[in-house]
Amino acid sequence: MLALGQDEIAKYPFLADAGQYLKDKGFTLEQFGTDPDLKSLVEKAFNRIEVAADGKIYHSDLIGDQASNQAALPREVFSFLLAIVLLKLSGMTTLIKRFALAEARRAEKYLEKDLANISDESKKQFAIRVIDDLFAVQIKKQDDFFVIPISDYLRHSINFHEREWKLINRHVEKGLVFLTPHETVRLIRKELGTYISSKIINAKTPPMISGFEEPVNKLISMSKKFATFTVTTGEYPPCIKHAIEILEKGENLPHSGRFMLATFLLSKGQSVEEIAPLFKNAPDYNERITLYQLNHLAGTSGSGTHYSCPSCEKLKTQNLCFAIPECDNIISPIQFGKKRF
Amino acid sequence: MQENDIKFLEDSFKKYYFEHFDLIHVPNRTSEREFGFQKFNSGMTRHISIKDDKELHLLLMKNIPSDVYCSNACYSFPDLPMSEKDWKEADLIFDIDAKDLNLECRKNHTISKCNECNEISTNAINCSKCNSIKLEKKSLPCKNCIDASKNEVSKLSKILTEDLDVQQNDIHVYFSGNEGFHVYVYNSQFQQLGSRERSELTDYIMFNGAIPETFGMKKFKPNRSLFPDFEEKGWRGRFSKEVYGSKSKRSKIISELITNGYSSFQKTLEDISGKIGAKIDPNVTMDIHRIFRLPGSLNSKSGLTKIFCNDFTKFDPYTEASFLSENSIEVTANCPVEFKLKNRKFGPYFNEKVSIPTYTAVYMICKKLATIS
Ligand code: SF4
Ligand SMILES: [Zn+2]
Ligand SMILES: [Zn+2]
Repeated sequence: MLALGQDEIAKYPFLADAGQYLKDKGFTLEQFGTDPDLKSLVEKAFNRIEVAADGKIYHSDLIGDQASNQAALPREVFSFLLAIVLLKLSGMTTLIKRFALAEARRAEKYLEKDLANISDESKKQFAIRVIDDLFAVQIKKQDDFFVIPISDYLRHSINFHEREWKLINRHVEKGLVFLTPHETVRLIRKELGTYISSKIINAKTPPMISGFEEPVNKLISMSKKFATFTVTTGEYPPCIKHAIEILEKGENLPHSGRFMLATFLLSKGQSVEEIAPLFKNAPDYNERITLYQLNHLAGTSGSGTHYSCPSCEKLKTQNLCFAIPECDNIISPIQFGKKRF
Repeated sequence: MQENDIKFLEDSFKKYYFEHFDLIHVPNRTSEREFGFQKFNSGMTRHISIKDDKELHLLLMKNIPSDVYCSNACYSFPDLPMSEKDWKEADLIFDIDAKDLNLECRKNHTISKCNECNEISTNAINCSKCNSIKLEKKSLPCKNCIDASKNEVSKLSKILTEDLDVQQNDIHVYFSGNEGFHVYVYNSQFQQLGSRERSELTDYIMFNGAIPETFGMKKFKPNRSLFPDFEEKGWRGRFSKEVYGSKSKRSKIISELITNGYSSFQKTLEDISGKIGAKIDPNVTMDIHRIFRLPGSLNSKSGLTKIFCNDFTKFDPYTEASFLSENSIEVTANCPVEFKLKNRKFGPYFNEKVSIPTYTAVYMICKKLATIS
């Protein structure tokens, strides 16, 4: 385990052992619910979640990577640990996911800054060790760049679909890929989010603490906002809505229906990662195969052929069409809802 | 295939296997590999596990297979069905085949056999006798085919050693036994990579998916100093050598590239991909559960041996991979194209009875261009 300084715990609070930290500082959870001086920290924690749920990054009291004053450091850590307690008490997975993502983004900024730090070698070394410890990615400094073995690079980069992440568009030499600090951190973004959320999910849920009821209830009602599936933004045609419903119920959608849904969402600019979870409830779900198939449809793997969404006519013959008046005069679900002249 | 043809092939294959145990060995980590074989005129038997050379030789003598295969992957349980094998890792393998290289010479030595009336001709589109378009193509690869394939192998080894840090002695090149080469890479950092990662590697090796920005070209306000130098390593260096031609032309060509614009640059990248990328079969490299022809075994498409190329530059498959007997045999040959085996010219034969060495008879019968009289 990494030895953490005050500074580091504030920047990367998910690395700390929560229970141990509280004990070291001489606090119990109960005190936070009752002590009027400490109660503001619960509010701060609630605020931290609220900001994350909104898709924003929590703006901390850290200035640059230094705390504005000595007292700010523990407050940073406490608010993070209390946020986890609140989340666990609310039991809302959607909020946990959003919180983890926002915290990952926040940590990402610090990691990047630490990697690029030329005046303080120890900060850089710490960031390098975090990346190695957590994600088993060994990076080394070489001139102005960080280098990582091609095989490690590929394991992460295959989840990206922008062409600049393709190995061919990278500086490769002697088995190593050259990255900037920003790219290095970007490469592990997804894993950082997963790491933080699994840490929260695996944390023990304490019994309800007096004084915590109100923020917890607020969280529960807040999470209702996100209960509907996030991909259903914008008005989708009935065929697509129907397909999503079937999948959400965990029923079996025929291959033709999956093909329609995937090609439709891809053409609406959704990424393979955004679409894949839709199929999670399917009775025959297999993550690896689903990703493989989606990448195939998106034209990002192998053949490079890009598949487009079938026509309404074709979908009618496959019993996937549930036309409504708004479907008049369109020939493909893609055109649904667009103004026609 | 007729019964006496099969009997003849089996006898010849059996004799080869019996006399050449020295050429046929199990690979390292034997007990973790999946083996498979095929007999003449019958299906594939897979999911076999073998423990040593002795067991392998016994299998060959007992079954007289037309083709023998072995996985590049290592499994905990190679003899269980695929989903239960427990994949551990796999050697990196590349397949380079003359038929994928779009060579000019191909049309001169590709024979069409009509599926309807069995007519044999060099007509590529339809049967010259009954006009049917159901043609089976048989190629008798020429020296040019082999040289072109070798050139691709050389490009591949360069990329492997320079960019991917593979050691030269960990690259083993085998003649496939028909029209190309199998390149095996051992002890690399890629052993444990899955199929999607390997697919990215193939794009790298084939120079697929490159974007202009990688080579210094930007959509707006391109900057000359971002273009690659002649001496650079990796793809930027190979790009320079191909596109600038020489160091002295660099400046002039960069001006041209900038004038022609971004989309023309993208087109240039696609055009040179065929020249500077190595033409491997990406599906073979991506497949981490495949079984490959076992080195030392015979290829039933030709009767030639899949053999390790000791001195690759000098290697001539049509002398060095032919191990069958010289004994004369009479066959009816219908092979309108001339070919060379063991430095001897054969054919063309126009539906005629000829007495030829066994290795030539096997070669033609395997390609369905002759039958035992
Ligand atoms: S008409 Fe087209 S868009 Fe409307 S439901 Fe049918 S297929 Fe979907
Ligand atoms: Zn015919
Ligand atoms: Zn040829």
